Amino acid sequence: MRKLIAGAAIALTGLAGTAMAEDYPERPIMMMVSYGAGGATDFQARIVTMTAGNEDALGMPIAIINKPGAGGRVGWNWFATQADADGYTLAAYNVPHFIAQSIKGGVSYSADSFEPIANWGADPAVFVVAADSPFNSMADVVAYATENPGKLTFSGAGLFVGHHIAALQIEKAAGVKMAYIPTKGGGAAAMKAVIAGEVMGGINNLSDAYRAQEAGNVKILGVADLQRSDFLPDVPTMQEQGLEVDNSSVNFRGVMVPKDTPQEVIEKLAATVPEMFANDRVAKKMAAGGSPMHIMSRDEVKEMWAAREQTLKELLAGL
Amino acid sequence: MEFIFYFGDVFSPLSFLLLLGGTIGGLILGATPGLSPTMAVALLIPFTFHLEAVQGLILLGAAYTSTVAGGAVSAILLKIPGAPANIATTLDGHKMAKQGQGAKALQLSFLASAAGGIFGVLLLIFLTPLLAEWALAFGPSHLFWLAILGVTVIGSLDSASVVKGLLSGCIGLWLATIGFDDIMGAQRFIFHPSLGGGINIIAALIGLFAIPQVLTMFAKGRRTSGAEVIEVQKHSVLDATRELLRRPRALGIGTITGSIIGLIPGVGGQIAGLVAYDQTKKFSSEKEKFGQGHSEGVIAAEAANNAMVGPSLVPLLTLSIPGSPTAAVLLGGLLIHGIFPGSDLFDNHPDVAWTFINSMLVGQVLMCLFGLYVAGLAARVAQVPQSVMAAIVLALSVFGAYSVQSSMGDVYVMACLGIGMYFLERFGFSAAPLVLGLILGPIAEANFIQGGMIADATVGKSAYFLTGGLNIFLIAVVVASIAYSAWMELRSRRYTTKEEAQA
Repeated sequence: MRKLIAGAAIALTGLAGTAMAEDYPERPIMMMVSYGAGGATDFQARIVTMTAGNEDALGMPIAIINKPGAGGRVGWNWFATQADADGYTLAAYNVPHFIAQSIKGGVSYSADSFEPIANWGADPAVFVVAADSPFNSMADVVAYATENPGKLTFSGAGLFVGHHIAALQIEKAAGVKMAYIPTKGGGAAAMKAVIAGEVMGGINNLSDAYRAQEAGNVKILGVADLQRSDFLPDVPTMQEQGLEVDNSSVNFRGVMVPKDTPQEVIEKLAATVPEMFANDRVAKKMAAGGSPMHIMSRDEVKEMWAAREQTLKELLAGL
Repeated sequence: MEFIFYFGDVFSPLSFLLLLGGTIGGLILGATPGLSPTMAVALLIPFTFHLEAVQGLILLGAAYTSTVAGGAVSAILLKIPGAPANIATTLDGHKMAKQGQGAKALQLSFLASAAGGIFGVLLLIFLTPLLAEWALAFGPSHLFWLAILGVTVIGSLDSASVVKGLLSGCIGLWLATIGFDDIMGAQRFIFHPSLGGGINIIAALIGLFAIPQVLTMFAKGRRTSGAEVIEVQKHSVLDATRELLRRPRALGIGTITGSIIGLIPGVGGQIAGLVAYDQTKKFSSEKEKFGQGHSEGVIAAEAANNAMVGPSLVPLLTLSIPGSPTAAVLLGGLLIHGIFPGSDLFDNHPDVAWTFINSMLVGQVLMCLFGLYVAGLAARVAQVPQSVMAAIVLALSVFGAYSVQSSMGDVYVMACLGIGMYFLERFGFSAAPLVLGLILGPIAEANFIQGGMIADATVGKSAYFLTGGLNIFLIAVVVASIAYSAWMELRSRRYTTKEEAQA
């Protein structure tokens, strides 16, 4: 009798296994965002997943769950150690943040703990100064920093996040020492410090800086990316201004699943999710909010992760 | 006066329906433990995807206004503060409910909320440019001193003695260090994975306030056979209004403190209620009644936390910087419609900006009306037998703690803190100073580190923290606050020794 039950149970789980891959998804999906509600990642995650319930997308809605704390470490730690690898728990990733944190150590994840699905956005870091600042170009900033080593204060959203990477790259490229001030409370707090004149400059997200410039509060001096942004066609890149800063600090945002998620589920997601991001309504809402989109497939993201890991290891080696 | 021109938009059928829905829904969400105003607004964001920008913001504005006030319901009736803003309300509000004056406490809280709230929104309408400057005036050194000012309040807040109050505050400060440090990312006291994010403040609030009370109720339930029935006194709204008008000092101090402190980005909302409560107590002629179910306590706390709503939006609407978590969520609601807060909002979308602000003004009135209607009914909660009540509060507590981040970890944290607090309370410690420590610790620490880094690169720590008008003013207030507490303590000691000597 016991054997019979055991046999039936095995048969059932086997059935459920195959059924799961075919019918996936058959219930709503959860997506963890490791930053607070209202932040740029949260806001964009809500927009790009809003059409998930459509028949041509996943056919099931995606609900956003926020697990904020310590620059994203709390959420990604949870995702790497406690999330179910069944395809019903997705997470938003921020590169270079989680890769830089895993290189620095003290967290339970690395790039190998997760499987990327697709990338939806790329938000470059920019250098901002208050509207009444004497600095008008990166050359002014570098000149001041050369004359006053370690005295130029500039804010950013914490250590080992995209802003910090950009700060390190700028210092390295210009061969100067400046005082990077990490703030608690993300990009908004770092921006407030710039506008209020608590610091002389700051690194911030292009999307937030664009908004602050529209409001007349800041000047944007340079973009830490390989080409100019469509939102800011007049602002030169760092490289145009003679600073060898590549796109390592660009904040790539996308969707990932835990490592042991069934292969069929990963394939299904990798096929549907980029389509879902490409939806017209999504594109319109993203553009309206000043959020640059950059859709990449699973394979492209894999390459990008590997490349980032390489450059970040070199950059952070001395710290 | 531009805003009057746009009042009509608030009363178009669909807009008004959304305003009503947002207000009633907000009251219910606010009264649910664990659903803070931030979460309530975040929950409503998806609905605004399908609405026009103006309508979406009406819904969000109404919900924000009424969730803050709705938090008073669970704070007064169940002693569960739904958000940090409602902590001070529990101190006297719940005592009143226990004495059968729940209806009165609720009526006062809604009336005070509306009065404070309307004042706050009017400030937002008329003084926005001035307020924006004030919001930016607070740098790291000032926020540090402000947090220290909060710490000086700890000793005198709702405790048997100053020493016990300070001790509870220290426990709170220690609890606040648990988790990843926000600036450096260092790990501190993480002995269980669910503590990685630190102690969640909402889960802590529920545990520290509700659980000891549940345990006490269960303990009592075994001793007394029949259920203790509290006579719920009916209380007319007219009497409540008269009571409110008889306490202009509490209302005034609450409203003004709430508006000023609520404006400061990142700090205000959480401590406005407690600071207002403490100030009102210090200026009151009936100090000894505070904490015993005194109406001034409820009035000050609720006037302050709703007065904060309007000013807390100033940094968002003028500078495009969200000053509070709720403002950050509202920013999302604006961006989704392609509207950038700042000059763009007022120049190019005045209809959106002013309709949103007007809806908060009308929302305050509607919230008050519905709140007063509910007050009479809700106060009957006190008649529920203790054993049943304990079970209900426990269930709500677990639900509330879980719903913050859909995580059982928060429920364990809530339970552990609650059980710990039950024993601490037996020794005369109390939850309010502990929570204040928990809130202020990270503010003081982060701003000290950040200010220190700026100072090291520029003028040096002592010059950065100890010079400048605002710094010196804040330090003076800190010193005055400590001196006052010490003097009061000494004076009361002298009186007790006299009495003891006579006896």
